[in-house]
Amino acid sequence: MKLSITFDRLRWEEKWLIQEAEKLGCATELIDVKNLFFDVTGNSAKNEFGDVVLQRCISYYRSLFLTKILENFGIQVVNTSKVSETCGNKLVTSMLLAKAGIPTPKTYVSLSSESVAEAADSLGYPVVMKPFVGSWGRMISLANDAQTLATIVELKESLQNPIEHMYYLQEFVKRPPRDIRAIVVGGEIVASVYRNAGGTEWRTNVARGATTTAFKPDKELREIVLKAAEVVGGGVLGVDAMESKDGYLVHEVNNTVEFKGAQAASTTRIAKKIIEYVIRSEKR
Amino acid sequence: MTITAKCEECGAGIAIPNDAIVSEIVECKECSSEFEVASIVQGRVELKKAEVAEEDWGE
Repeated sequence: MKLSITFDRLRWEEKWLIQEAEKLGCATELIDVKNLFFDVTGNSAKNEFGDVVLQRCISYYRSLFLTKILENFGIQVVNTSKVSETCGNKLVTSMLLAKAGIPTPKTYVSLSSESVAEAADSLGYPVVMKPFVGSWGRMISLANDAQTLATIVELKESLQNPIEHMYYLQEFVKRPPRDIRAIVVGGEIVASVYRNAGGTEWRTNVARGATTTAFKPDKELREIVLKAAEVVGGGVLGVDAMESKDGYLVHEVNNTVEFKGAQAASTTRIAKKIIEYVIRSEKR
Repeated sequence: MTITAKCEECGAGIAIPNDAIVSEIVECKECSSEFEVASIVQGRVELKKAEVAEEDWGE
């Protein structure tokens, strides 16, 4: 089979993925999607994508659009556009996790600035405000009181993008200064790490300086993580969870998982596991 | 032998890793500008400006 790894910014992960693919004897091509255009009203894409595509674009919308185009041409993509749509939008993820009975932080959504203050009062301070689309902890704000919230809202209202004028509010979960990143590949947890917040930072993203420590997940966590991965549609995923006083809470599932931080603490060759899964998953 | 390319922002030399491949991101140590390797031909490296992070970037 021939595998393509599509990307728009070549990270450590993509270089490692192609090295592992080559070691496994899988014909693989790295494709920079910034160079591509498509006749989306035509019947097929050029035959350059091979049998299966591992989608690794760093831009959410670019990734989603490309996956939809490729799927429309009958090309298999890991992860699917459905998974991408679910995981790329925190509103959709939260609703799906809750509906499936997976413990997740209490989350309110306001559809305009007029209802944000009331929503936050109802949720109870402190509240965490997150962008609907985004990653790496970017633009995630902690409002300890109504005054802080009003300042954040005022700032967001000054932005042009209409999605900034709707609000995703989440309860602030009391937890140790760390969260959990579990990398799930084809229904198997291949790595589990604590992400320890760095310095004065309260967010636990590796992109924000968090360090990682490997650990063995207990039965409860394994079940929750695997169920969360299954609920969003499966594939190659990064499931993020927190340790609350009432047990684990899954707060996010990542569709184009970065694993440099997890790999630093883990002995499993994560990239190899991903490539093996992609090869296995090829539809015959 | 280490390949060096010139930063088009500040003119400093950017050391290109020996195992660099096309599309890889390199950073100028002097001014922190990011560039993408556009081509590597016979030990000569061409760089282009890397895209700047957008709000939808991430994992």
